[in-house]
Amino acid sequence: MTKTMETNVYQVNEKGFYGDFGGAFVPEMLYPNIEELRKTYLSIINESAFQEELNILLKDYVGRPTPLNFAKRLSEKYQTQVYLKREDLCHTGAHKINNTLGQILLAKRLGKKRIIAKTGAGQHGVATATVCALMGFECVIYMGEIDIERQNPNVQRMKMLGATIRPATCGSRTLKDATNEAMRDWIANPVDTHYIIGSVVGPHPYPDLVARFQAIISEEIGIQLKEKTGNPDPTHIIACVGGGSNAAGAFYHYLDKKNVKLIAAEAAGQGVNSGYSAATTFLGKKGVLHGSRTLLMQTQDGQVVEPHSISAGLDYPGIGPMHANLFESGRAQFVDITDDESLKAAILLSRIEGIIPALETAHAIACLEKIKFSPNDIVVINLSGRGDKDLNTYIKSGIIDQKNE
Amino acid sequence: MTNRINQLLTQTSNHILSIYFTAGYPNLNDTMKITERLELSGVNMIEIGMPYSDPVADGPIIQATSEKALQNGMSVSILFEQIKDLRQKVKIPILLMGYVNPFLQYGAENFLKKASEIGIDGLIIPDLPLELYQEEFESMFHKYNIKNIFLITPQSTDERIRKIDSISSSFIYVVASFSITGTKFGIEAQQESYFKRIVDLKLKNPTVVGFGINDKNSFEKTCKYSNGAIIGSSFLKHIEKNDITLDAIKSFVKGIKE
Ligand SMILES: Cc1ncc(COP(=O)(O)O)c(C=O)c1O
Repeated sequence: MTKTMETNVYQVNEKGFYGDFGGAFVPEMLYPNIEELRKTYLSIINESAFQEELNILLKDYVGRPTPLNFAKRLSEKYQTQVYLKREDLCHTGAHKINNTLGQILLAKRLGKKRIIAKTGAGQHGVATATVCALMGFECVIYMGEIDIERQNPNVQRMKMLGATIRPATCGSRTLKDATNEAMRDWIANPVDTHYIIGSVVGPHPYPDLVARFQAIISEEIGIQLKEKTGNPDPTHIIACVGGGSNAAGAFYHYLDKKNVKLIAAEAAGQGVNSGYSAATTFLGKKGVLHGSRTLLMQTQDGQVVEPHSISAGLDYPGIGPMHANLFESGRAQFVDITDDESLKAAILLSRIEGIIPALETAHAIACLEKIKFSPNDIVVINLSGRGDKDLNTYIKSGIIDQKNE
Repeated sequence: MTNRINQLLTQTSNHILSIYFTAGYPNLNDTMKITERLELSGVNMIEIGMPYSDPVADGPIIQATSEKALQNGMSVSILFEQIKDLRQKVKIPILLMGYVNPFLQYGAENFLKKASEIGIDGLIIPDLPLELYQEEFESMFHKYNIKNIFLITPQSTDERIRKIDSISSSFIYVVASFSITGTKFGIEAQQESYFKRIVDLKLKNPTVVGFGINDKNSFEKTCKYSNGAIIGSSFLKHIEKNDITLDAIKSFVKGIKE
């Protein structure tokens, strides 16, 4: 992690905004919690002792740097040069741990004793429970009752790691309700508890905090690409966007380099106009969601709309404020990928590169079908996670039994 | 410009009872009935809750009534339509409470203009940050003579409370409970010292306490340190059990005030 580009137009400004987006729209009950973080986060994470401790753990515990893997057969198929940034090889199988590890070290320095988080599919919950076990923190994970039933393997993982799972039993009993419960917990326990948010969403400073912890991805891409091609800059970087943390990490050091095209894959579900979609930039309008001004899917009356995606990690009605700004300013191109397109991409990557991707990641891979690249383009795809967790969905979809083309 | 909230607070300095209910609950068109019956029952002020899909500052009961109200079809425009003749029927101060996203979607200026035409006296928007209010909305609120009510909590520093006092011009909403867990006794001891701290700050604005006030006992206790209290969840539970007839609402108010 570096402390570069404080004044970049695509970075957060001192008021916590990315252009029009961001800020901290929190009730007064959360103001002290957010203020404490806002005032301290930069000085803590820029301390050399902090960086040293984080870097050692990233190397020895997470397994960084993750490889940048030239995908030969994929490149041949699409007549371009595709590199895969292998976040799937991180401990716990996804990029999420880059952030949870950073935040637990921050929590330690803030004198916190207890960690709370909310999770939908359980990926962020597992990454949080993992670092809590590592650092000896009490860990409470809020999860909707319905999600607990649907995501049993991850629930068992979290329990095995020593976390307490608190079911949200109100309302739709899914992620939204878990969010409410976690908020109530944090309001009730502001002094000893740190709330780990899993993506570049939420009130300032969370989006910036999480982006900085994920920025290690683009930092490594630059070094690795220079070794391989002599040039640290690719022509394109592709990443999927749920809240947008893996994309923020993959884009971070390239935000200001206009020669590098940034491509964000959004989950279109059953199709952008099907009524079952999570493609926020296509369907969303400006508004306030989970503490920041951003683009979100909402009714005319300003009620948040339930999103849909086959991939739990992309099933979110908004995007982080950084991405809303990248969209509005035209800096990044957003591509809509349907459930079916992502399944096809998942089987393709499995069959021609021997990598089973997470369903979220498969949305990024699917962009190769949608955008025409030139033979000389250097296309880096952020392979945010591995697909073990999605095996059941893959089985149910029937793609596994497909013959090779 | 006079405002009904300020008139009330100058006439009555203690035992102000404000009731919160969710518009559109239990049925879509109950809003005016409940409002009129609350006034007839002797409450001093009413907060009409505008239901929101993601009510982070509210407890489970308000979350549930909001969900029901939205299912019933409630929206900001429907609410404004329901209460358009409010001031032909009801004299006491009326506030709207809701979240910032529907407010912004309606258009802040449109919202304030409409609310002012109807005779709404104040707004409570917990997730509208103070700094942003000052930058973007304060002059609009003044123009339409709508009071924006700020919350303070046990964690608010004296400095923060003073700042909120300086930009408030009606009353300050004191969030009573800072724990939803913990022992009752513990909370009460902490609460008392928090209430005393606020009294000692000698603020220019009156204070009204809310969150966790549910009966005569807790109402009386908070009134020792403040000008009154706001009751929400407990009232919603009561109408869920006993319906919204004048008798049912009267019996609830009596239980608190007499
Ligand atoms: C593998 C993987 N990729 C992507 C995401 C989406 O999150 P974000 O957009 O924050 O990277 C998730 C979330 O669970 C994930 O598990």
